[in-house]
Amino acid sequence: MSPWIRRLAPVAVVALVATGCSSTAEDDGTIKGKTVTVIGTWGGDEQEAFLEMVKPWEEQTGAKVKYTGTRDINTVLTTGVASGVLPDLAGLPGPGQMADYAKAGALVPLDDVLDIATYNSETAPALVNLGKTDGKVYGVFIKAAVKGLIWYNPKLHDYGANPPKTWSELLTQAAANQGAAKATWCLGIESGAASGWAATDWIEDIVLRTAGPEVYTQWYQGKIKWSDPAIKNAFQLYLDDVVGKTYGGAQTAVSTNFGNAGDPLFANPPGCQFLHQASFITGFSEFKNHTAGTDYNFFPFPDIDEKYAGAVEGAGDLFGMFNDTPAARSLMRYLVTAQAQDIWVKKGGALSANKNATSYPDDISKRSAQIIGDAKIFVFDASDSMPTAMNDAFWKGMVALTSGSDSIDKVLADLDSAQKDAYAA
Amino acid sequence: MDPRLVTAIEVVVGVPAALVAYIWLTERIVTLLPAKARNRVRPWLWLGPALVFLGFFLIYPTIRTILRSFQSRNPRNPEWVGLDNYQWFFTNEGARSALVNNVLWVVLLTVFTVGLGLLIAILVDRVRYESWAKSIIFLPLAISMVAAGVIWKYMYDFRPPGEQQTGTLNAAIGTVGLGPVGWLQSPKLHVTTFALIAIMVWMWTGFAMVIISAAVKGIDPELLEAARLDGAGEWQVFRRVTFPLLGPTLAVVSTTMVITSLKTFDIVYTLTNGNYDTEVIANLMIKEMFTIGDFGRASAVAVVLLLAIIPVMAFNIRQFRAQESVR
Repeated sequence: MSPWIRRLAPVAVVALVATGCSSTAEDDGTIKGKTVTVIGTWGGDEQEAFLEMVKPWEEQTGAKVKYTGTRDINTVLTTGVASGVLPDLAGLPGPGQMADYAKAGALVPLDDVLDIATYNSETAPALVNLGKTDGKVYGVFIKAAVKGLIWYNPKLHDYGANPPKTWSELLTQAAANQGAAKATWCLGIESGAASGWAATDWIEDIVLRTAGPEVYTQWYQGKIKWSDPAIKNAFQLYLDDVVGKTYGGAQTAVSTNFGNAGDPLFANPPGCQFLHQASFITGFSEFKNHTAGTDYNFFPFPDIDEKYAGAVEGAGDLFGMFNDTPAARSLMRYLVTAQAQDIWVKKGGALSANKNATSYPDDISKRSAQIIGDAKIFVFDASDSMPTAMNDAFWKGMVALTSGSDSIDKVLADLDSAQKDAYAA
Repeated sequence: MDPRLVTAIEVVVGVPAALVAYIWLTERIVTLLPAKARNRVRPWLWLGPALVFLGFFLIYPTIRTILRSFQSRNPRNPEWVGLDNYQWFFTNEGARSALVNNVLWVVLLTVFTVGLGLLIAILVDRVRYESWAKSIIFLPLAISMVAAGVIWKYMYDFRPPGEQQTGTLNAAIGTVGLGPVGWLQSPKLHVTTFALIAIMVWMWTGFAMVIISAAVKGIDPELLEAARLDGAGEWQVFRRVTFPLLGPTLAVVSTTMVITSLKTFDIVYTLTNGNYDTEVIANLMIKEMFTIGDFGRASAVAVVLLLAIIPVMAFNIRQFRAQESVR
């Protein structure tokens, strides 16, 4: 050993002991100057909202958040799990991938990271369950959304006082109040590499309300076939009552981006009466240039079969922890608190999984949040819960069906064979 | 200073410095050897770094990929599954249509880029504004493929009939009362695949043109003059003198275009992601790998692609050697 290495050795030992200590310390004071790397899918307004949300935590602890936004989170995490190079915290594409990563041993269970009793009491139970794999919590919802809201233009006809309660009521009211509108629905399912997802939401909403939550669950778990009459029925309803009554026809539906799909609502004369989309649509295109309540409003997706009244579909952004560091633990604990969640919901466009976050900026988001709270039956986005290969085939199938290039039977047969393959792994 | 800048400087200065140091060091060692051995050892030492890099970044991954293609999807403990992944590839409907589409790409992209490139190279050879014309046609090659995809998304844009057409093509055919056509959403008769190939033709014609044009300039004018003196018309000069002399160049350009079309990915990924019957092999590979996370199948697709490209590469290299030996 050369003399200078010998002199350094004790220093190195001290340093090792010090890091050893800090990794077990629970006190936030010791994480000063540390950095937590975070990867998510948020960009633009959403990224700003997230950074604003973590700012109080940074000020309080002296630690820093290094956030990277990517549209290719699947690629980053798939290669990361294989190579071991992963961020401390990351947004997860969905419960399906979360379970994959948890089983691969890449995700850290959060049961002793979070104050689990408080977390359970503050969070909608359906969302708590969706973050679990093998009985342990691996993911938390940083934000939530209600799927399947029906948006309309109150200047054309105000459904506020007497919204349709059932599907047939919706169709008769729509026919009666058609006015100058060129069609009943606006539909846009283009979304780059993810084209078709907006149509999968349609099918999910219909399956949930025609076949009920049990069939819905069996369906995304791969336990019933796509060609099953219960599922086929939903596809048929979608073709007849939605695609058949769409502004511009099938060609327009497949070539219009989901974000712009609602623009004809605001045109003069309006292209359509309704747009079916999740609560987050208020952050897109023409919705941003118009006023909530006076220019646009929504009513919840009506019931189709009375038996399953009050069923609601939701979605959200899951978050998981890949590296167990004190700073990452501290940030994770902070993110689920009502205090942190309030910051994001105040900016609009997002709902919180935390019931105590109530600073919604307008009536529309307040009502959306209430729908999650009041739901008798709450289910998660089915396509996002399927294995990735199935989800991908579902998107593709919806594009082929909506465009009219494939028949229902062809699409369902393809999905059946994709199902055999996707759930085997 | 930004740590990234420090890294960048380290790399820019460090890598050449390390290489120079390596050469200097090996030279010192070589001088210690007997004179006879020196000449035998030296080339290998100089080649060494390149061989190590090639081995590490090309040979090793290739072997790994081939082995991986016989294993199951699980990234942690892959099991040997024999030919299952290949069986999947050749029985899967999506993969079959990808193969058909790749054949379309190979034939059409090669024929159009080389054909148009040749035509333009010959035509502009005789005009004053040659360099201008060539520059403009070459320009699209400088655009990244994804950017080209985005540009053409606007060109092909579709609006419902009756609305103002914002897509250039639909606006153009609208003036004569046709359309609108959903260029990027029409699987019938492979319309969308043709629309995608057109983008690549737009990009790569310039490449073919530049190389062919250089070869045209290399033809000895005395040969052409001799042919004309013997009474050959312009068409005959082209057919019997110019074209045969361009043969080797056309072969190299064609094989390059065949390889380009087999590798096609970016345009398809950004514009349709394989919807509307436009799937291609490379996109299928990326999807199996990164979306679905099945490393075994993705590797099998990669191996199929590699096997398809090897004969073309071999032909290309042989052609290149033949051309070199002529000089």
